[in-house]
Amino acid sequence: MAQACVLIFFAGAVLRASITDLYLRYVKEELRPFLIAAGLLLIAAAVMTLWYELRSYLPDPGNPTESDDPAVEEHGHAHHEPRVAWLLILPALGLLLVAPPALGSYAAGQTGTALTSEQSYDYPPLPAGDPVTTTVFDYAVRALFDKGESLGDRRVQLTGFITPGPDGQPILARMIMSCCAADGRPVKLGMAGNAPTGLGDDTWVQVTGRYTDRITRDPVNDEDIPYIEVEYWRQVTAPRDPYE
Amino acid sequence: MAASEHTTPSGTNPTADRSSVLDVAGTTTGTDDGPPHRDTRPRSWLGGRIGSVEILAALLVLIVVLRGPLADLLAMPALATWTTVFVSVMMQAVPFLVFGVLLSALIAVFVPRSFWARALPKHPVLAVPVASAAGVVLPGCECGAVPIAGSLIRRGVTPAAALAFLLAAPAINPIVLTATAVAFPNNPEMVLARAVASLLVAMLMGWLWLRLGRADWIRLPRRPDLDGLPRGEAFWSAVRHDVVHAGGFLVVGAMAAATINVVVPARWLQTLADQPVLSILALAGLAVLLSICSEADAFVAASLSQFSLTARLAFLVVGPMVDLKLVAMQAGIFGRRFAARFAPATFTVAVAVAVVTGMVLL
Repeated sequence: MAQACVLIFFAGAVLRASITDLYLRYVKEELRPFLIAAGLLLIAAAVMTLWYELRSYLPDPGNPTESDDPAVEEHGHAHHEPRVAWLLILPALGLLLVAPPALGSYAAGQTGTALTSEQSYDYPPLPAGDPVTTTVFDYAVRALFDKGESLGDRRVQLTGFITPGPDGQPILARMIMSCCAADGRPVKLGMAGNAPTGLGDDTWVQVTGRYTDRITRDPVNDEDIPYIEVEYWRQVTAPRDPYE
Repeated sequence: MAASEHTTPSGTNPTADRSSVLDVAGTTTGTDDGPPHRDTRPRSWLGGRIGSVEILAALLVLIVVLRGPLADLLAMPALATWTTVFVSVMMQAVPFLVFGVLLSALIAVFVPRSFWARALPKHPVLAVPVASAAGVVLPGCECGAVPIAGSLIRRGVTPAAALAFLLAAPAINPIVLTATAVAFPNNPEMVLARAVASLLVAMLMGWLWLRLGRADWIRLPRRPDLDGLPRGEAFWSAVRHDVVHAGGFLVVGAMAAATINVVVPARWLQTLADQPVLSILALAGLAVLLSICSEADAFVAASLSQFSLTARLAFLVVGPMVDLKLVAMQAGIFGRRFAARFAPATFTVAVAVAVVTGMVLL
């Protein structure tokens, strides 16, 4: 019965996180339907366990649990579970009580910038608009590996959070991830010109600016960090999906 | 201990064989007894008054009371990052875990046990590849494969074939391969390399057992006959049982992964990653320590992006076949003498095959 309670607790935490936008701090948006389905199935498993368990207390002479079915595999009621199952409480508590933030400044400082020259990128023409709204990743790739050619003199608008750069000056960063936050990597972008000042780490800002060929080096993995020439900036609330 | 549990008078079985197996493996059970008013079984301690539900409730109350200080503690950047990584590994793995367990319960409940014995060729040398292939179509976490292999041996399947199945089932099944494809969107060859290498290891270990293995190394625990549940009950019981087992071990893996993510400096991994031989051994060892479910390990491997694909292949091939939780389960179901020989042999073969496969395919 405790097993069923742990399961319901865990499934409830997963369901709550996937029904609200909380799950976006940890996994990709595409996972949402699967998370909801998995949560519902877990609750079903827990409810069925409770149901069979409660029913077995009733003195029912026609109790179908007495029946013999030779094809049934050897899974019985398993009240004697190992303690390891109790650990499922931990992620549920993490989700319900703590709800840890998306990866931010600390993780960005620990990990080297995600853009490495080993990978290949492509540079389609920028969409219309002035300024063009794009991503930190898109700008950084164009600035580093396209030498700003596809950027030209266009003004771009990017959203990211503040984190300390290699020289101690604040830089702009945005985490990218392929699956979950465990593989989250930062894209780092230095800010020249009218750069934001006096902001704490993890403050979200939207900067508008133009390409500059200035670069610096990330000491963590010896990769290049491009810069943007900031014209103006404003503080914004954290985006719904903190990752790019 | 629990391997000698009895069925209750009510006709339900208080113990599934898997938990008995784990008990033998050294995982103690004490507080995990059923509800307090279930007195059909003798209680060894606490006089039956405090059951696990009460402990759970007390724990939750305590945590709600301590919520403030806890939140302050977790606001420290390193701990916050640890919690984020831990929770996200769990979130990512949950759908895979649940659907894997669901499919494995469907097969476990609706495919009769005798089917496997009938389906395998009589000759052991031929039974090994067939059993490996059977492992491919049977989805499931490694936690599920160990007891299944045990019951196959009980049912008269040659141990070599059952062991090949044990290694193949968690390593190469549709769910694991799909997860690998999702985790390595830019390297589809990784899926092929993982399937080929894991299948090779399973078959090699099966044949190696035929050549060197001795029957008296395997000592299966005695257990009562637990057949006789209606299908619906058996199905849900299997699902819940597998989820809490695999989920519990997954929590351990996620915590280890989060710790390595936060504690191990990126520079250190960087130096290790640059050494071709050392990096392969390091990731193979990491796979043993992390004990991540095979349905989720591809995502962890993908995040170790500073390592070569071959090193990460070794991680993926070793992980589902040898890790701490598996060795514990194997020691429980097949005996310590078996596990002490089988696990190191599998590790060696898996690393060697992963290296060769990596050289050819990656």
